[in-house]
Parts: sequence; C-alpha cells; structure tokens
Amino acid sequence: MKTPRFLLPAATAGILALTLSACGGGGGGTTGGGGGSDADANMDARGPITFVQGKDNNNVIRPLIEKWNAAHKDEQVTFKEQTDQADQQHDDLVQHFQAKQSDYDVADVDVVWTAEFAAKGWLQPLKDKMAIDTSAMLPATVQSATYKGTLYAAPRTSDGGILFYRKDLVPNPPKTWDEMMGMCSIAKQNNIGCYAGQFSKYEGLTVNASEAINSAGGSVLNKDGKPNLNTAEAKAGLENLAKAYADGNIPKEAITYKEEDSRQAFQSGKLLFLRNWPYVYSLMSTEGSSAVKDKFGMAALPGKSGPGASSLGGHNTAVSVYSKHKATALDFVKFLTSEESEKFYATQGSLAPVLGALYTDQELVAKLPYLPVLKTSIENAVPRPVTPFYPAVTKAIQDNAYSAIKGEKTVETALSDMQKSIESAGAGS
Amino acid sequence: MATELGPTPVKSPASGGTPVHHAPKGVGEDNRIASQGRWASWLLAPTIIALATVIVYPIISAIVMSFQKDAGLDPATGLFTAGGSAGIQNYVNWLAQQCSAPDGGTVACPPGTLGGQFWSATATTFFFTIVTVAFETVLGFWMAMIMAREFRGRSLVRAAVLVPWAIPTAVTAKLWFFIFAFEGIANKLFNTTILWTGSEWPAKWAVVIADVWKTTPFMALLILAGLQMIPAEVYEAAKVDGTTAWQRFRLITLPLVKPALMVAILFRTLDALRMFDLPYILTGGANNTTTLSILVINQIRQGFNSAAALSTITFIIIFLVAFIFVRFLGANVVEQSGATGKGKK
Repeated sequence: MKTPRFLLPAATAGILALTLSACGGGGGGTTGGGGGSDADANMDARGPITFVQGKDNNNVIRPLIEKWNAAHKDEQVTFKEQTDQADQQHDDLVQHFQAKQSDYDVADVDVVWTAEFAAKGWLQPLKDKMAIDTSAMLPATVQSATYKGTLYAAPRTSDGGILFYRKDLVPNPPKTWDEMMGMCSIAKQNNIGCYAGQFSKYEGLTVNASEAINSAGGSVLNKDGKPNLNTAEAKAGLENLAKAYADGNIPKEAITYKEEDSRQAFQSGKLLFLRNWPYVYSLMSTEGSSAVKDKFGMAALPGKSGPGASSLGGHNTAVSVYSKHKATALDFVKFLTSEESEKFYATQGSLAPVLGALYTDQELVAKLPYLPVLKTSIENAVPRPVTPFYPAVTKAIQDNAYSAIKGEKTVETALSDMQKSIESAGAGS
Repeated sequence: MATELGPTPVKSPASGGTPVHHAPKGVGEDNRIASQGRWASWLLAPTIIALATVIVYPIISAIVMSFQKDAGLDPATGLFTAGGSAGIQNYVNWLAQQCSAPDGGTVACPPGTLGGQFWSATATTFFFTIVTVAFETVLGFWMAMIMAREFRGRSLVRAAVLVPWAIPTAVTAKLWFFIFAFEGIANKLFNTTILWTGSEWPAKWAVVIADVWKTTPFMALLILAGLQMIPAEVYEAAKVDGTTAWQRFRLITLPLVKPALMVAILFRTLDALRMFDLPYILTGGANNTTTLSILVINQIRQGFNSAAALSTITFIIIFLVAFIFVRFLGANVVEQSGATGKGKK
C-alpha cells in the first residue's frame, strides 16, 4: 500500500484536469474529400426525405411542407428544425455530413457556408440531371451558391444592406460616400451622430468592411479566390471607414454596435444615417418607442460614384450527396424556390425573394415598401467572399478592419495583414 | 466530480487487505475478505468502463487527431483532401505561432489569424484566472464569515447568495452584455461614456466583474463548509486566553479552514482556466479577451486536427497547474476525504 509520494498528486491532478477540460475536446473525424461516387448515386430515386433548417421563426416552412405533403403521398417531407443560432446550425450540419449520414436530404445552408460544404464534397452539384433554372434569379444570389463554376445550391432567400436616413433633416439621400460625409455638418447642427453601421468585432464587421471595400471598387478575393487587398481601391474603401471614425462622423460608440444597437441608436433619433438590413423597417415604423416613425427614408447604400456594393445575406437550399432519394429532393428544392413559395416567404416571413420579378409585385411592395430599394441593393450586391476557408477569411477581415477603424494600425498595414492572413488560410496545412 | 473519488478508498482494502492487520481470525474469514475484494472490483468495473468510454477515449482520440494534418484544398478540383500525418507540426505551429505559407513552408502568423493569438490567449487566460480567483477568494471568505454567524434570516441569506451561481453562465453573460452596452445601465449609473466592450482594459474588467459576481457564491459556500467544521470550543478557549479577533482569525480560522480553502481555490482555478462562455458572449473575444478555450472553439471551425493539438496543449497546461496545486500547495482532495471531500460537492 506504499504508493510513491509523487504519484498520488499527479494522478489527482490528472483526473481533475481531464474531467474539467474534457468538454473542450471533441469534434472528431477526418475530412474526406471527393464524394464523386456519392454524387452520382440515387439520382432517380424517390421516397420520403428530410428537410433541415434553423428555427422556423415566422411559421413559414411548416405550411409549405404541409402543402407539399398533401400533394405527394409517397414522397413525404419530414421537417428537422435546428436551433436559432447560426453557429450551432453549421456544426450540426457538419456532424451529419461528416458521418455521411443519409438522414439530411435537403438542407438550408447560409450563403457563407455554401463554398465550404461544396469543397468538402457534401453538396450535390446542381447540374445535368439535377440542374435547376436560375435565369429568373438575381445574379448575385446565384453567385453566392456557385463554387468553382458549379452551382451547388438553389438560392432561396436573400438580403441586402440599405441606407436609412432622416428625411426630415436630409431631403435627398446621398448617392455617394463623399456626398454623405458632406452632409455630416447637418448632424453636427442637430447634435446627433452622423453615420453608423455594425462595427463590433463579429460577422457584421465583415459585412460592413467588405461593403466599404467593394463600394470603392476593390474586392477581398479576386476571381481565382486569392486575396486581392493590396490595392488602391481596397485602401480607399477601408480608409473611408477609418477616417470617418477618426473624424467623429462615425460616433465612438459605434465600435460596439451590432445590428440591434445600431437600430436602437437610429430609432431613438441619435443618428442621421444608418446602414442596416431591411428587417429594421417594420420595427422602426411601428414600435411605440420609435422617435423616427414617419421621419426616415430608405435608399441604396452610397458608393464611389453611384449605388454602393452591399454584402449579401440570405440562405441557399442544397441537396446532400448522401441523400437516398435525390429525385424527390430536387423536386422539393424546386418547390421551395418556386415563385409561389418565394412570395409566401415575403408575405409570411418578410424574407426577401431571390426572383427579380417579385420586387415590383404590387401586392408585395404594398406590404414591404422597401422592396424597390432592396432590389437596387441586391442588384449591386457582391456576395461575401465565396471560399471554403470562410471562417479564417472572416476572422482576418474582422481583426484587421477593427484595428484599422480604431486607428490602432494604419489602413495599409491592416490590409497587408489581412492579405497575409487570408493567404495563410488558403495555403492549408 | 465525486465519482472519481469513489474508487480510491475502496481499492485500498482490496489490494492491501492481507491477513496481517487482523490479528485473531479463522480461515473462513480470510476467504471472505479475498472474495470481497474480487466482488468489489466486479462492482467497480461498470463505473471504470463508463469513465474510460466518456473520458479516456475522447482524450486519446483527440491526441491521435492532433498528429494529423488538417484537410487541404486540391487546387485542381477545389475539393478538400485529407492531410495525412503531421508529426508534431501542429504543436510546433501553435507554440511558435507559425502559420502555413503559400509556398508550402511556414511563416510567423500575421495578425488576423488564430495561430497568432496563442500566447496572448494564454496570457489572457492566466490573467483572468489569477484576478478572478483572487477576488473571489477574498470576497467569498468575507461572505462565508457573515453566513457562518448566527442571525435571524440566515438561511434566507444563504439561499439568496446562491442565486448568481444558479443562473446559467450564458444568461449571466447576456445580462452583463446589456449592462455594459454603451447605452447600458453601467454607463447610465456612473454617468460615464466608457466603451466597455470596445477597448482592451474595460473589456477585461467587464469579464472579471461578471465572473466574480457569478462565482463568488460558490467560493463562499465551500469556505462556509470549512468554517463550520471548526469547533466553537477552540474559539472559546482562545478567548479565555485573551486573544484578539485578529489573532483568532490568523491563528485558528485560517489554519483550520485551509484544507477546504485550498480545495475551493483549486476548483475555481481549474474552472477559470477553461473559461469560455462568459467572454465569448460578453465580448466575443475582441480586445484581447480571447481565452484558450475560445481559441479552441474558433479553431474547430477552421480545422479539427490543429484544434485537437491546441486542446491537448490546454489540457497539459491545466494538468500542470493542478499538479502544482496538489503537490506543492497542499490542496488535498483525496486523503482525509472525510474532512475536505464532503465540502466539495
């Protein structure tokens, strides 16, 4: 019973450290590439399938599935609802696809995950027998679902940034960034902040920084998917934000803003201009506490010489290569992206359609007055970088844009660091 | 937590249950003891197998993964291909903050990569651990002293003190997130315009404040359990001897409460070293509030195998800290489990 004095503490420490850090581990398996054979299998097979998406907030998807199921007795669709957290939805899909499970036939995929999943070989290429008609869809939305020239998902809903402005103070909205900065004197006279977007260090900053770079004529990635940030255009774009923050045209507290904080600031009358998603429209025009109810207008984001380039939000719908019933899955994808369904997303869930024609539909415009402006926005939109390394790319943009806006490093250094970080991510290991 | 303490006391009679200790006994009794030992190990087997499946297997699988390369992109097809063996490269990359370079080699990680954050995340983790545990110990001790006194409504106070600890950390983090918003209560109350989540030191202190608020009750309860083990006669005797309150605290309370205190500090330290949800929700890891656990989770999205290496490194760091505590600072969680083990649960 003589345990060496040394062993007991070591064993105790080990057990404690194990139990406490075990939760940190996990995530498993190696990533298989290819999937060529899986992609060719089951293309004519029909039968019951499962559709997966995040929380169905406005009860949009359930009525549609009921409608489908009533018409397709032998090809019933089961709805698997995930949480309302994007990260968790992503990880849930990864786990199921990685295990090559056939239980997720059709999945709702955020625009920024599409390239990653396609490169992992998990999404059925929508070509040949599996092709869908994208001619009526807005080009930017199709681009967000295209990886290496192949369409991997069907665009289903879209979203774009809009400039909200105080029409009681600014009769005509600015068309360019410089024009908007020129109007900041109006904000000073009224003792309010001039412009804000979402500049907290999170996904929203990637959206805003990419918009600034794209609107000035630059781009984060070039056509080959390589970073392209050491350019005069990219510099001019990011400098616009950095300079406005240094001048005070973007108020200091905007560095902590996410969508909701920036909405509340505008809604309580503390901002002249706000970049945000269309969802804020109904809140700002109906909420009792809103100080700007009838005092705000909407316009396309300001660019260099005309409308700026918004980043694109929204969701695509993809078919899993492991699905056992791909013919049914494809029909269901077509059903979800049909004009009728698209219209239902807009009326029931205030989700922007991907079909250009619907933006001028009288009935829809009456319900969602921002549609014409949003159409301009999405027509000029550039998808966020379409890359399988999106998590690394978005981090590179966030970290460096954040430092540049706060003035912790120069815009040149920030862009060159951004370039190097993205190169490193793309270099793999 | 109590499960791993179970086997130790039971094992000793099983292995050391030789007849030597028991002076007068017959042959049958010996057999009974031997068979009892075997019986005991059979009874323990399911627990040990369960622990091996849920703790040992994931750890080993993570360690195996950590020696694999992450999937790389085949430039021709644009598809990911498995990376193959990496040797210790993943570990070297983290420790030396090296990232892959386009030419196939490695370069110092540029700002904006996870690899470039390893040492700053380590420093942040230790900063949070040391500062929060220090505050929690002092405040927890103070709260425990108050709760140990006899007064009306004592059980109410004890229950109320537990409230912050009973709230899930994610909820706490969200509450503090609203408090520390620019238009939040903190700035309104003190009439300040601090960007709590927008610059380095305010962000760090915001995390410390939220964590201290949440976990001090845990500390207080563990210390309270220790305080109540001290017999009242010891204090009475000391009073008769004419000691001052400070002397009683220093010479009686502190030494006698030390075993419980050390266990409480050990548990809080290990807990703080893996801090994740509070800074993740409160600041998103911005402004140098990224802890090692946040780094691991972010890395999982960029590549499992490197993340496995990082979580193994984190594990080793926590192991070393736990070892130092147990070996050198006398945090005794196993021996005299009657005295300290009880207060722990």
